[in-house]
Amino acid sequence: MRLTRRYRFAASHRLNSDALTPDENARLYGKCNNPFGHGHDYVLDVSVEGPVDASGQIVDRGALDALVQERVLAHVDHRNLNRDFRELQSQVATTENLAFAIERMLARDWALAARLARVRISETARNTFELETK
Amino acid sequence: MLLTRKAEFSASHVCRDPALGDDENRALYGMNANPHGHGHNYVLEVTIEGDPDPITGMVFDLRELKEIINAEVVDPMDHRFLNHEVPPFDHVVPTTENIAVEIWKRLHSRIALPNARLKNVRLYETADLYVDYGGEA
Repeated sequence: MRLTRRYRFAASHRLNSDALTPDENARLYGKCNNPFGHGHDYVLDVSVEGPVDASGQIVDRGALDALVQERVLAHVDHRNLNRDFRELQSQVATTENLAFAIERMLARDWALAARLARVRISETARNTFELETK
Repeated sequence: MLLTRKAEFSASHVCRDPALGDDENRALYGMNANPHGHGHNYVLEVTIEGDPDPITGMVFDLRELKEIINAEVVDPMDHRFLNHEVPPFDHVVPTTENIAVEIWKRLHSRIALPNARLKNVRLYETADLYVDYGGEA
């Protein structure tokens, strides 16, 4: 069985690759390359998978919420992803890279009974990125 | 091909194990253990997997699916206190997980055609919490 819990955070970012020239960055990323960045209300869905335990649950909601709060939300909510979020420092702050970074931060020393199964992030209601974890 | 039908029901529940004390229940279920219960607008998504019937062009008759979901889930559970009025929740704690398992049990034998079978039950307790159950042990 799989349980999915939804979280929200507000953050700013700017898409810019150090491997490209300013003109190339502007062409590739368009408005997302504007120099001072911009923000989104991100929606993060975290899915865990496992058998139902004796309490009738596959995961303790409070423990999952605390983990996501401590590992992820505390580092990204009301932050500038390019400047404040260390896990992304060497990478372009695309939502693809953000999804991998969040997965790494969650998976590190994972101690919940149910396994981490999926990380899904919506940058806006129109763009969603989904990562199934092994 | 996957076909999904949505239904809603509003119900109250309380998550308490009678064998445990107040503190243990609170530790296990949080506010869901408050003794007199509380309610949710549950949203159910029933997904069927199959091939369209060559004559009807349908994986499953949607009207029949609606009637099955109403008869097995919505009619017995809507505007009810699950623990008091809907077996087996008199002795099974009505967590979202256990409600999804019960809904699967009620539906899967009724959604079984040569060309189509029940694939997944998704149950939203709130917009921010749902479980998916596909009949696994």
